[in-house]
Amino acid sequence: MEPKELERVARQIRLRDVQAVFEAGAGHVGGEMSAIDIMTALYFRVLRVWPDDPKNPARDRFVLSKGHTACALYVTLAKRGFIPEDEISTFLQPNSRLNGHPNCNKVPGVETNTGPLGHGLPVAVGMAKAAKLSGADYHTYVMTGDGEMQEGSNWEAIMAGAQFGLDNLTLIIDHNRFQQGAALSDTNDIAPLRPKLEAFGWDVSEINGNEMGEVVPALEHRSDRPHCIVAHTNKGHGISFMQDKVDWHHKVPSKEQYDIAVRELSEAL
Amino acid sequence: MNAPVSAPKLYDCRDAFAETIEMLAANDARVVAVCNDSVGSSKLGGFKAKFPERLINVGIAEQNMVGVGAGLANGGQLPFVCGASCFLTGRALEQIKADLAYSNANVKLVGISSGMAYGELGPTHHSIEDFAWTRVLPNLPVIAPCDRIETAAAVKWAAEYAGPCFLRLSRVGVPDLLPEGHVFELGKANLLRDGTDLTLIANGTLTHRMVKAADILAARGIKARVLNMATVRPIDEAAIVAAATQTGAILTAEEHSIYGGLGSAIAEVVVEQAPVPMKRLGVPGVFAHTGPAEWLLDEFGMAPHAIAEAAEALIKRK
Repeated sequence: MEPKELERVARQIRLRDVQAVFEAGAGHVGGEMSAIDIMTALYFRVLRVWPDDPKNPARDRFVLSKGHTACALYVTLAKRGFIPEDEISTFLQPNSRLNGHPNCNKVPGVETNTGPLGHGLPVAVGMAKAAKLSGADYHTYVMTGDGEMQEGSNWEAIMAGAQFGLDNLTLIIDHNRFQQGAALSDTNDIAPLRPKLEAFGWDVSEINGNEMGEVVPALEHRSDRPHCIVAHTNKGHGISFMQDKVDWHHKVPSKEQYDIAVRELSEAL
Repeated sequence: MNAPVSAPKLYDCRDAFAETIEMLAANDARVVAVCNDSVGSSKLGGFKAKFPERLINVGIAEQNMVGVGAGLANGGQLPFVCGASCFLTGRALEQIKADLAYSNANVKLVGISSGMAYGELGPTHHSIEDFAWTRVLPNLPVIAPCDRIETAAAVKWAAEYAGPCFLRLSRVGVPDLLPEGHVFELGKANLLRDGTDLTLIANGTLTHRMVKAADILAARGIKARVLNMATVRPIDEAAIVAAATQTGAILTAEEHSIYGGLGSAIAEVVVEQAPVPMKRLGVPGVFAHTGPAEWLLDEFGMAPHAIAEAAEALIKRK
């Protein structure tokens, strides 16, 4: 799928996502909007996956380490055919398999259970190492939040990824500059990320993570080392009143706000 | 006076673990060992020599070690994740919960030098909380073998079991208790001595002490049943209820805090299904003082004669 078409799919996913969060009355819409372009490019262009055979050993792996943005993953998986699209309406409902954080034993396409931050990257390192051991040629992608990089376990995994020479691993940091309670810079400012990753022996790209023309080549980039994409994004991207507002980490839009969001996203379709 | 008997040979269960994982690895290319700079203490030197590319040393990074284990399993490998039990379970507990138990990752955790094996190194290195921390987690069998035979059997079982589990090993020497060729069954206690006056239940390094205590009690005319209960979760409810109803009292001993471990797990069953007098021996909710493991066990009232005395006191409460 070409970037223009991917942009259209990403807007559709945004629309369904904000609708699901509004209807459920809960969710993490800001960080979903920032990450959706990357997830769209992964599932509709980059990843070698088979929705009708989700456990195929040759599949590329994607780990959503920022598991609180599960709704965006569910919408993307549904649109890609892993789960029924009409199931999105059960998000967060009693007994729904669409938890607030993804469950790999319930939802096809989910690789590991995430939610507590700092878990996905170590698991992704293990996935990439497994491919090195078995000779499998799948690629492993993992997406973390930028605030999530404050978790020390990530840096343990970053060291291991370099030590193991995992050229089959791509880390995407959704650098939207806001964490739950405040701006990253007012909390524990780990930016700039690039020199830190480079110092740990990774190949680093910096891109606009909401610009499909930059997202696709970055995801398709291969190196002789593990690759980190520092994806500069906007929290709430695509919805004017949400953009770069810390409140929208897990705020739920009012009816009036929801109508504005739907109108803006629909206009762009 | 009894004829002199030669003391039974004592074995470090880590050797049985090492031999078994090397044997498994020779027959199954998926078997990998993951460790945290613990090649020596996990007895993985032989594995490393034979399968160097399958020994994955993440360095001193337990959270990453457990996560890497989950990823290796996702990629089709069969990882045994090994490290000192105090760090493996304490440092990486959330990874054990989310990445292994909740995700149902096919990872075998091997906690080495558990209990007070590192007695002299002090409470930071004691692992007398690991039963409590791990046995509350769904989908995580918790197993503490009592000798080299049961260790080898449990490692073989773990390789065949589809899902995560936690094997809690020691380095303290123990004699053979189970017969050669013993096959490990999850959640099934082993009857080592039958008796009717009370039941002694233990696992790991305490089982042989219970057998010795039963011998002391036998000399005093008290018939003690002895159960080896390696599996702390799922606990063998049937054996516990039978012990309670048939012998009327249960004494437990463990190289663990008395809070939350084997004794607590047994008490939960006894209270709900067959209330009888119980006594739990273990570390009584304190940070242990410094000293060798065997000496600490004696200090905390788990020398065979002390166990026998606790048993006699318990019987009086029937």
